[in-house]
Amino acid sequence: MSRPTVDRGRRDALKCLAYGGAGTLFTLSAGVLTPVDLAVAAGKDPAKATGTPLFVQISDSHIGFDKPANPDVNGTLTKTIALVNALPQQPAMIIHTGDITHLSKPAEFDTAASLMSQLKVTELHTTPGEHDVADADVKEYFSRFGKPSKNKGYYSFDSKGVHFVSLINVLNFKPNGLGALGTEQIEWLEKDLKGRSASTPIVVFTHMPLWTVYAPWGWGTGDADQAMGYLKRFGSVTVINGHIHQIVQKEEGNITFHTARSTAYPQPKPGEGSGPGPLKVPPEQLPTMLGARTLTLKHHPNSISVTDTSLA
Amino acid sequence: MGSFYVMSLAPAPSMAASAAEVAAPHGKSSAGPTISIHEFMFSPTSLTVTAGTTVHWKNLDPEPHTIRAVDATFKSDALDQDDSFNFTFDKPGTYRYVCSIHPQMVGTIVVKSAAH
Repeated sequence: MSRPTVDRGRRDALKCLAYGGAGTLFTLSAGVLTPVDLAVAAGKDPAKATGTPLFVQISDSHIGFDKPANPDVNGTLTKTIALVNALPQQPAMIIHTGDITHLSKPAEFDTAASLMSQLKVTELHTTPGEHDVADADVKEYFSRFGKPSKNKGYYSFDSKGVHFVSLINVLNFKPNGLGALGTEQIEWLEKDLKGRSASTPIVVFTHMPLWTVYAPWGWGTGDADQAMGYLKRFGSVTVINGHIHQIVQKEEGNITFHTARSTAYPQPKPGEGSGPGPLKVPPEQLPTMLGARTLTLKHHPNSISVTDTSLA
Repeated sequence: MGSFYVMSLAPAPSMAASAAEVAAPHGKSSAGPTISIHEFMFSPTSLTVTAGTTVHWKNLDPEPHTIRAVDATFKSDALDQDDSFNFTFDKPGTYRYVCSIHPQMVGTIVVKSAAH
């Protein structure tokens, strides 16, 4: 299924674009990060995927999930990995934005690690989802992925001139609350960003959205505003997350927010049904739901084509 | 939620059997009130027990949930559908808890002193 190509100013167009698919490749072009759907980047028209591949984002694999909404989450993650491996130019790293597992069980983490070891790209960055820290002692995730952050869950690094910040917002929920960063992490962020040139492209990755998508389901981060305040002065800030298993995009000044699809199952639109959770669709429809939208950017002229693609 | 079977499991002789309402306990676990987790709700949302009571939670949703006391007194692993969690409340007080996966889900256990 294809949508008509829309010609408009690139910046303006970004505001209303959704993009996605099983994974998203971010390319760096003249200091601007551009999301390109994997199916396009790996697919028939490589000319559409311009720039330097920087990283691929995959999210919400929910290894261990076995309900009818997707009885084969291993299979859909494997398909995603195959798409990434098929990219003509491999990115420097993979970023998994959480909910690697469904129940934080050791066997689920082991299966996920085994599947992700099939990636050609070996540099893997992660941030946990609430499903990854659901064990009573919150130790399974950190014993495997806690090293870069010294078990704090937040850290930063640089790659190809881009400053990456990994934040954690799935601990210390308050009753009726949204996700939370907490004072210590926000203070760390302020220090981490201090003294950096405003021209440094910034990528922030976290699990829950850093803006309120839908408060009654906790789809947001209660104390994100302060963090965003420290990011405002930068010319290019890209905030990516998972959690809601659907594509939503928003732009605020120089900050763009991108939520990713899940590799496992779709979730209802905000407010539809009794709560967030696996959306059961007819089996033949599932692969379609997992792969939906594609964005291709061409810089000359500033045109954007949006195509619905799928894992099917 | 129907009636509860409430009794002491702690070694408190004065607390033998203060069952206000009695029902046959479901499942294999020891007797005590059960809070069902259904459609993203703890039911009942608020429960009052006497000290020494073991409270059971059972997740009926296909979506996993957890039990996390706000003050960290008690915490469960992720409960998949039909999984249960038990905790014995020895100290009187008001305990608020949430599901750490869905923090909009909130519950309260009020523990009253066994002795009057």
